[in-house]
Amino acid sequence: MNSQIIASTASKVVARALTEQERHEIDHELSLYPDKRAVGLEALKIVQKHQGWVSDESLHAVADYLGMSAHELDGVATFFNLIFRQPVGRRVMLFCDSVSCYIMGCENIKAHISKRLGIDYGETTADGEFTLIPVPCLGDCDKAPVMLLDGEQQRRLTPEKIDALLDKAGVPSSLGNE
Amino acid sequence: MSERPLTRNIDMSREPYDLLQYRQAQGYEAVLRMLREHSPADVLEMVKNSGLKGRGGAGFPTGLKWSFVPTGEHAPKTKYLVVNADEMEPGTFKDRLLMEGDPHLLIEGMIIAAYTIQASTAFIFLRGEYLRAEKLLRQAIAEAGAAGLLGPNIQGSGFGLDIIVHTSAGRYICGEETALLNALEGKRANPRAKPPFPQVSGLWGKPTIVNNVETICNLPGILRYGIDWYKSLGKGSDAGTKLCGVSGRVKNPGCWELPLGTPIRELLEERAGGMSEGYTLRAFLPGGGSTDFLLPEHLDLTLDYDVIGKAGSRLATGTMIVLDDRTCPVGMVGNLMRFFSHESCGWCTPCRDGLPWVDAIFQRLERGEGRQEDLSILEEHLNYLGPGRTFCALAPGAMAPLGSALRHFREDFEAHIGSGACPWQR
Ligand SMILES: Cc1cc2nc3c(=O)[nH]c(=O)nc-3n(C[C@H](O)[C@H](O)[C@H](O)COP(=O)(O)O)c2cc1C
Ligand code: SF4
Ligand code: FES
Repeated sequence: MNSQIIASTASKVVARALTEQERHEIDHELSLYPDKRAVGLEALKIVQKHQGWVSDESLHAVADYLGMSAHELDGVATFFNLIFRQPVGRRVMLFCDSVSCYIMGCENIKAHISKRLGIDYGETTADGEFTLIPVPCLGDCDKAPVMLLDGEQQRRLTPEKIDALLDKAGVPSSLGNE
Repeated sequence: MSERPLTRNIDMSREPYDLLQYRQAQGYEAVLRMLREHSPADVLEMVKNSGLKGRGGAGFPTGLKWSFVPTGEHAPKTKYLVVNADEMEPGTFKDRLLMEGDPHLLIEGMIIAAYTIQASTAFIFLRGEYLRAEKLLRQAIAEAGAAGLLGPNIQGSGFGLDIIVHTSAGRYICGEETALLNALEGKRANPRAKPPFPQVSGLWGKPTIVNNVETICNLPGILRYGIDWYKSLGKGSDAGTKLCGVSGRVKNPGCWELPLGTPIRELLEERAGGMSEGYTLRAFLPGGGSTDFLLPEHLDLTLDYDVIGKAGSRLATGTMIVLDDRTCPVGMVGNLMRFFSHESCGWCTPCRDGLPWVDAIFQRLERGEGRQEDLSILEEHLNYLGPGRTFCALAPGAMAPLGSALRHFREDFEAHIGSGACPWQR
């Protein structure tokens, strides 16, 4: 069977089997491009969509599937800010820290988020719910400060808006240390 | 005829037009007429004569760019059109508006561009975070395909076009057109050496045109109403309209379609409503994070590529970022330097090593631990990372706000040296 777990030659990491859904979606992308490796990033995004992040096992699975070396594919994976090679929380906050948001006071908003969730950039809350990641300009500079959460752009952020979002998510207001 | 050909269908308080509504507003008429009546060479002439310049930053004449694509019997059969929808320039929010506001306009423009260079496959290289734009574009492409406006033989014309949406995953350098081609091929997105230029050898070695979203969205209007009309839209030396944005501490930040040649003052004071209560204008970056600061004395200049160029900056993306009197200019420029340093692709040494050094100096200045020699080190970098010294335009772009800030805000930099803290710390 093709779905057998096979050991990759590049290292000790064992590729996991891609799910049927993952293979189906990758196959669709493959049908669009004249060259297999062109699909590398799309395939990593597909895996990340289903698994939350790209583990070594996933990376090797995709590399095998596309006939690339895992090393080459990891070169692509690590090039892009939004391919996560480490586990992230269930909800990733992509927080704009670029210039217009800076002028509009995003640092105060970020400090408020950090205080309430007890995490800094790049960290995940202990319950595995939230990860906070800074991203460049989200293209909503006239509505700064801005972040992207669960695929929705949250605009004109204020501490009150953050509180409303986090209250709704059931984050206790005492989580951070006063 | 419309004086706002790019945004005439756009109303962000509702869903964008679907195919039927777009066609009721004369959408796709220009394309259908083109396929019946004009040869690719005719369209190329029209675009050349329209005076359309690229809206992605460099302002390069679009028709001239297209004219380098090989044509005729011996030209390669496969050619590609790529739309640059990576929009990651800090402070830039115009292509998002077009794609979310009127996705069919982009598709119609793409058919025109692809027909002109005879490309049968086109890619939209879309920023990964633009999820709504992705959804709307995929919908619109499916609608157009079902109506026979895309696909192997559009309306029996013998010309066919497929559009593929490729979503990226967050890396500014992918917006540089040769890095973008590497990204599309599935490689690390380092820029390529030029020549060969993409027009001759681009995607998978085939002739390829890369154009910005807004550039492409200009095409349906030019074909529908003609070049005289298009030229008459501009008030100054440049033809057409431009999406112009304002962000920062102004009363009514936003993005508007204005005739090229509109005075900057009109954009800032009438459209954006002037500065917010309690804030005074200190300076502004006229076209995103990679442009030189201009000052209040420049407000009566017009939004023209040459005019802004002569004043020592660039119109670039046309989205202006306003620096007020209560924001630390060193902090603002430091924010930009951190961005550029992080986004350097690492390919060439001056940029890979220079930008982190610049960034480190700014962090020192922010903490009030700057040293006098830091300012001369920053000045040296203007030279090391300037135009012609690096493999692509990212590093020189970073030096634009830095160099102009060192000229205009010298006293603010000095105030950070040996002060123990940023004097603006709010
Ligand atoms: C670092 C860097 C980033 C760029 N990012 C973009 C971008 O996001 N969108 C864009 O249209 N052009 C971008 N450009 C400019 C492109 O290289 C290219 O000039 C442009 O897409 C050409 O389109 P136009 O002729 O229609 O303006 C960038 C250039 C550099 C050097
Ligand atoms: S200038 Fe910077 S971004 Fe451009 S090729 Fe060199 S290292 Fe890469
Ligand atoms: S700078 Fe934050 S959205 Fe543009």
